[in-house]
Amino acid sequence: MIRVVDLVTHYGERRILNHVSLDIPAGETMVILGGSGTGKSTLLRHIMRLELPSSGHIFIKDQDICYLQEERFNLLRRKIGMLFQSAALFNSMTIEENVALPLHELTQLEDSTIRIMTRIKLDLVGLSGFENYMPSQLSGGMKKRAGLARALAMDPEILLFDEPSAGLDPITAAGIDSLILKLKVAFKMTIVVVTHELASAFVIADRITVMDQGRVIATGTPEEIRQSQHPRVLQFMNRIPEGDQMDAQTYLRTLTQN
Amino acid sequence: MTGVLAFLGRNTLDVLRYLSGLYDLSAKAAYWTFVAPFRGRKLKWESAIHQMVLAGVNSIPIVSLISLFIGIVLALQGAYQLQKFGASYFVTALVGVSMTRELGPLITAIVIAGRSGSAFAAELGTMKVSEEIDALEAMGLNSVRYLVVPKYLAMLVMLPCLTLISDLAGILGGGIFEVLQLDQTFRMFLAATRDSLAMHDISTGLVKSLVFGLIIAKVGCYEGFSVQGGAEGVGKATTSSVVVSIFLIIFADVIFTAIFYYTG
Repeated sequence: MIRVVDLVTHYGERRILNHVSLDIPAGETMVILGGSGTGKSTLLRHIMRLELPSSGHIFIKDQDICYLQEERFNLLRRKIGMLFQSAALFNSMTIEENVALPLHELTQLEDSTIRIMTRIKLDLVGLSGFENYMPSQLSGGMKKRAGLARALAMDPEILLFDEPSAGLDPITAAGIDSLILKLKVAFKMTIVVVTHELASAFVIADRITVMDQGRVIATGTPEEIRQSQHPRVLQFMNRIPEGDQMDAQTYLRTLTQN
Repeated sequence: MTGVLAFLGRNTLDVLRYLSGLYDLSAKAAYWTFVAPFRGRKLKWESAIHQMVLAGVNSIPIVSLISLFIGIVLALQGAYQLQKFGASYFVTALVGVSMTRELGPLITAIVIAGRSGSAFAAELGTMKVSEEIDALEAMGLNSVRYLVVPKYLAMLVMLPCLTLISDLAGILGGGIFEVLQLDQTFRMFLAATRDSLAMHDISTGLVKSLVFGLIIAKVGCYEGFSVQGGAEGVGKATTSSVVVSIFLIIFADVIFTAIFYYTG
């Protein structure tokens, strides 16, 4: 379903993704795990073509989206839903209007049909009764749920999650995890989740990819990742902090250098 | 020496990059405003009208009031000089021509740059920071079509309207002074205004206001889209949208005034 081949990307001079390759078959839930600044969110943004790579390819349903015409990619994009880290709800619209927006703009459906579909999606994420609330009136977890309802509006085949449990308490985060599991079972969607939450990763993943400094350092089933002997994977799994890598001489030099 | 050259080079490149970004956004907005509607992509009139109310209708009181004051000031300053030559009758012409050709469009543009240009930058900047623009793109909805074009349309329609209101308020301000201080009757003031103004004066002002409107929309939206970082970035973009728009408005004013001067 999604195939990333040799993806390289830079922000200015800095290389963010370093020859990343990834294969996600249809119906699989892939969790991309890694610390902050390892390029995992950037990878997700590339899959959504919110950014273009320096080199490499991304195939979605066998079409190379990096070179696909805007119009054709927009058609493909309707089959992809994305939940952003901040939920990215439109603050000037109610929850119902947020979820209905893609349906209003991209389909020819009657308003009454759109209202019913919107309510079904909101019910699916447990937000019935909140249709007329503004995003600012919702809690963090509810915003995520509303964002998810909007991502589900067009009945996507692929769902992308950027840090779904970031900034949420453990109970709310577990609620989001169980929602992802529910979607996986009920709709057989291909799901890609970017996260640094170990607990959540092992609950929802079919396979896990671990990234470090813009590279993929391990891919496998949760069990394989648990047994991996890769030092960075071990460090991540066992929550060992970065060591003090500077000797006294170097430290002094960094302080005195102009 | 090399330091100075490097400084100049770097700044020139920055200016060129900025102008090319402005051009790029304008080209996209022009496409979505003038070409796309003929290819079945309807304009978002509803949001355009919403913007017109926000940026245009709601600005009528402040634009009128400022223009009224400017009209009074202009009449005061004009009378100060013209009375020496016994030519205070020409104060009406001075106020009328200055307001319609120059100050009406300029004052309106400056007020709207401060009021609406900054609001555009802040709105789009906040949307950028909170990933709303990405969310729009992720749905396959073009952010320029949805967010920029309504603002462009609002500016294109409302700036000329506000300029006319400003012209009227300014001339009226001058009239108040003339009637109260220069022993003219209101009827004399009206006749003198009618005699002194040509259609050409009003139309050149309106042409300018269209250009100023484009500048305000262009700079405000571009600054909003270029926001980097969080709240601080939004603040910087808002300030810079006002500074850059006012600079470009006055620069465009010089060019257009020169063109109108030489072409009569």
